[in-house]
Amino acid sequence: MQLAPKTVSTLKAIVFLLALVPLARLATGALFFPDWLGANPAEFITRSLGDWTLRFLLITLAVTPVRKLSGWHWLASFRRMFGLYAFCYGVVHLSSYVAFDHVFDVVAILKDIVKRPFITVGFTALVLLVPLAVTSTNRMVQRLGAKRWLVLHRLVYVIAPLGVLHFWWMVKRDITEPAIYALVLAVLLGYRAAAKLKDRRRRARPAPRGPVAQPRANA
Amino acid sequence: MLIRRPTNILPSEITPQRFYARRRELMKLAAAGSVLGAAGLLGCDARGQAKTLGLQKLENVAKSSLSTNEPLTAYQHVTTYNNYYEFGTEKEEPAVYAKRLKVRPWMVVVEGEVAKPRTFGIEELLKFPLEERVYRLRCVEAWSMVIPWIGVEFNRIAKLVEPTSKAKFVEFLTAYQPDTMPGVRVPVLDWPYVEGLRIDEAMHPLTILAVGLYGEVLPNQNGAPVRLVVPWKYGFKSGKSIVRIRFVEKQPKTAWEKANPSEYGFYSNVNPGVDHPRWTQRKERRIPEYFARRDTVIFNGYGDQVASLYTGMDLKKLY
Repeated sequence: MQLAPKTVSTLKAIVFLLALVPLARLATGALFFPDWLGANPAEFITRSLGDWTLRFLLITLAVTPVRKLSGWHWLASFRRMFGLYAFCYGVVHLSSYVAFDHVFDVVAILKDIVKRPFITVGFTALVLLVPLAVTSTNRMVQRLGAKRWLVLHRLVYVIAPLGVLHFWWMVKRDITEPAIYALVLAVLLGYRAAAKLKDRRRRARPAPRGPVAQPRANA
Repeated sequence: MLIRRPTNILPSEITPQRFYARRRELMKLAAAGSVLGAAGLLGCDARGQAKTLGLQKLENVAKSSLSTNEPLTAYQHVTTYNNYYEFGTEKEEPAVYAKRLKVRPWMVVVEGEVAKPRTFGIEELLKFPLEERVYRLRCVEAWSMVIPWIGVEFNRIAKLVEPTSKAKFVEFLTAYQPDTMPGVRVPVLDWPYVEGLRIDEAMHPLTILAVGLYGEVLPNQNGAPVRLVVPWKYGFKSGKSIVRIRFVEKQPKTAWEKANPSEYGFYSNVNPGVDHPRWTQRKERRIPEYFARRDTVIFNGYGDQVASLYTGMDLKKLY
C-alpha cells in the first residue's frame, strides 16, 4: 500500500493526537472526575503510565517487522514518534512514582533504586532511553553518522526486555499481564533474530552452479 | 449650586420595619445557619460518603471504646478496592464478580482441639451482641483505610467451644466455590485460602469476626457473610468468607506463606521496620489520597494493646 506524502503526514498528525489520549484521560480524571481513577488514583495513574510506556516501546519495535511484512514502507516515518512517546510516558511514569510514592524524598528514592530489583531495572531502562531520545533528531543522526547511530539505537533491544522485567518483578502473584507483554516482545525480537539468521545463511550459501549470472547493475 | 437628588430608591429596596427591627437577631440566625450548613457538608464529607449499597441493616449495634475516631474511608472506596483473589487479582474485580458468591445458607464449622465442637449458622452469628469497631486497615501493599466494621469478638465464640490445652493456634479456612469464583481456576494461590493466628492473638479483644460494615451486612466483595478482622496485622491476615475454624496444636501453613515465604511470614504484623522485599513499609497511602506520606506505625498503631503478645520475639525474623 503506497501512500501520498500528504496522506502520511495527515495520518501522522492523527496518530500523534491519539497517542496523547491516555495521558489526557488521566489528567481529566485527576482534575475533574475522581471516579474515573478509583479508590487509589495515584496507583492507577502510575500503573497506567507504566503500561503505556511498555506499549509504546512494543509498538516502536513492531514498526520494522510490520513494515517489512506488509510492504507499507511509509510506516518507517512513524517509528521515531512512537519511540519518543515511549520515552515521554516513561518520564511521566517515573515522575508520578517520585511524587506520589515518595513525595520527592530523594534519599528514599535512591535507596529504592539500589535495594529493589524491579525498581533498579525499570530505572535503568528509562535512563538508557535518554540517549536514544536525545539522538532522535535528523541532525543528531547526521552528526553521529548512520552507522554509529544504528549501533547506539540497538540499545532498545536491552531497554524493552528490562521494561518487561520491571513489570514482571513488580507483580505480586498473577503474572498473566506481564507474560503477555513478554510474549509480544519475544515475537518481535524473534522476528529479527530469524531474519538475521536467514540473511546470514543466504550469504553463506555457495554460489549456484551453472553459468555465472551477470551481476545486475544497481542491484 | 448643585443640589443632589437622592437616588431613586424603589419601595422594594426598603427593608420593611418588621425585619429592620429584628436585624441583629436575623444576622445571628444567618450566621448560625451557614455554620451549621458548612458543618453538615463537612459531616457528609467525613462520614459519608455514607452512601451504601442498601443491604440488610444490622440493628442494636453497640459502640466500642476500641474504635478510632479518624475520618472514615468512603463506603464506595471500601467496597470497590479489594483484594479478594478468588474473584480476580485486580482490585476492581471483586466488586464486579463477587455478586455471584452464594452466602446463604452459610455454616461455620468450629472444630479441632476443643471440648465442644459446634457448627454455627450465619443467623446465629448475627444474633451475638454486635459492636461497631472502627479500625485502621493497613494492607501489605502500603495503602490503608479506616473502616467501621460490625462484628463480635472472636473470643466469645471460642469460649463456647471450650478450646483444650492443646489448642495453640487457630486456623481459618475460607470459602471455595469454583462455580461462583472465577479466580480459583488459576492456581495463583493454593485454594482454599487459609489464614492462621496464634491462640493468644485470636483471643485478643481486638480480633473480631465481622459480619457487617457501615451499619449493614458485609457486601460480598468484603468477605460476606463473615470474615476475620485483625487490625494490627497486614490486611491479608484477615481472611474473608470463613467456613471453618480449627483449633490446632501446630502452626498452620497460611496461603501467602505457602505462595511466597520470603515475602510473607506467618505473623505479618504491621511493622515499618521490616520492608517488603519489593517496597518499603515505612510509609502508607490513606485511600483515596495521592501522596504516600503517612508514617506507618508499628502494629498499625495498636501497640499499646498488643505489643505484649510479642515480648522477647525478634520481629525482624518472625515477620
